[in-house]
Amino acid sequence: MIKVRIPAQLRTLTGGVGEVAIEGSTVGEVLKGLDATHAGFAERIFDADGGLRRFVNVFLDEEDVRFLDGLATPVTDGQTLSIVPAVAGG
Amino acid sequence: MDFVSGLRCRECGRTYPAEALHVCDFCFGPLEVTYDYERVAASISRERIEAGPRSIWRYADLLPVADAAPVDLGAGFTPLVRADRLAAELGLGELWIKDDTANPTGSFKDRVVSVALTKARQLGFKIAACASTGNLANSVAAHAARAGMESVVLIPHDLERAKVTMTSVYGGRVFAVEGSYDDVNRLCAELTSEQPEWAFVNVNVRTYYAEGSKTLAFEVAEQLGWRAPDHVVVPIGSGSQLTKVAKGFQELYQVGLLDEEPSVRVSGAQAEGCSPVATAFAEGTDVIRPVKPNTIAKSLAIGNPADGWYALDTIKRSGGACTAVTDAEILDGIRLLARTEGIFAETAGGVTIATLAKLTAEGVIRSDERVVAMVTGHGLKTVEALTDVVGPTATIAPTLDSFAEAMAADAATIQRSSK
Repeated sequence: MIKVRIPAQLRTLTGGVGEVAIEGSTVGEVLKGLDATHAGFAERIFDADGGLRRFVNVFLDEEDVRFLDGLATPVTDGQTLSIVPAVAGG
Repeated sequence: MDFVSGLRCRECGRTYPAEALHVCDFCFGPLEVTYDYERVAASISRERIEAGPRSIWRYADLLPVADAAPVDLGAGFTPLVRADRLAAELGLGELWIKDDTANPTGSFKDRVVSVALTKARQLGFKIAACASTGNLANSVAAHAARAGMESVVLIPHDLERAKVTMTSVYGGRVFAVEGSYDDVNRLCAELTSEQPEWAFVNVNVRTYYAEGSKTLAFEVAEQLGWRAPDHVVVPIGSGSQLTKVAKGFQELYQVGLLDEEPSVRVSGAQAEGCSPVATAFAEGTDVIRPVKPNTIAKSLAIGNPADGWYALDTIKRSGGACTAVTDAEILDGIRLLARTEGIFAETAGGVTIATLAKLTAEGVIRSDERVVAMVTGHGLKTVEALTDVVGPTATIAPTLDSFAEAMAADAATIQRSSK
């Protein structure tokens, strides 16, 4: 299972919970799995083409998946995926 | 009383009340403060501003919070210096330096922090926090102390020593994070979900914070006799300052303080070691690819700039340009500004001056334009960068002979280098 950390803005979809566990072998599979168990995630984090929305960052452990292989990045049990609003800092 | 009508998502247009919100709940797009400009126009005037305090608060009608006693160390109303000697070296005509090194903690961040913490206090927050490359850390720690708030500041562990000291001295909590600024920023964005009672100035109150940068444009226009410049050069970290400077000139016209609609070309300055916006500009794409920064301009070392896309859009629509300069050019820029105008800038100021020089040499910035360059932080913050670059002319014994010998040697050096 992959631990997925949910930002405050999306916790209405998880009943207020900040962390859920999801099966999957890639970042994309885990995020789609998240939508399957908690309906509403897909339209919030994916754009019309199925990519991550411009202002959604996803980190596998501490690394931005855009530096890895994006949604195709493989994940293994015990890793943590964090969904984080991109608009911060500076 | 403020003139805020609410918050609006820049991406999807959804509207929100003026609370501690920074991104759209639906699409994560950034929220922007909206104002009732008709009411602002009815209240504001050049005379009222000119009779106001010599700080950013003279423009309170165009700021997102009203408070008779704001959280204030005197940010803003910094000198706008006519830079004829620098202009002559670069081949420019009318050049001005907005000297924001003169702010209370030595950088433009005092503008945004004064606004952010005034709003945070109004919203009931007792703890001020931030992710910072250094200048913001200095300013948040100082303003929190001034307001009697606690502060929690997170910085990358490898910042310049002065920036760490200038933050820690105020007595708040300072966490040096083993990672880059982007790591610190991600940590703070996550912390915001866990610590909703903290006002992270550049996360959950960022919408208000960012508005403080408009005062750079307000002051420049007022100091030019209520005229907008033709071209401004602005450094890019997150890209927020650049977009807000452009917004500031537009707002002045919208509320009737400028006679003519401004047409300000906005150009962006980045360091080559962290140039995601300049790279996108050069490649002609709309996609900002995040980078891993490696530059002496640590205050601009944001590899994944939150407002990068909007900064790029602002630059393109204004007819400006965006370019990047090397670390060597940054050091040259610092020395050029110091030598010609007597202003000592931090590395980010070196980025601005080097970019000004580069875009002038390329013919992008023209000698028939009224140009303003934003110098946003003081050189004392980043003295390490110059350690091996400048120093005493000579170290001498306290005797006339020793002095005469050293003078002669230096004169010979100057003669050789000018041949």
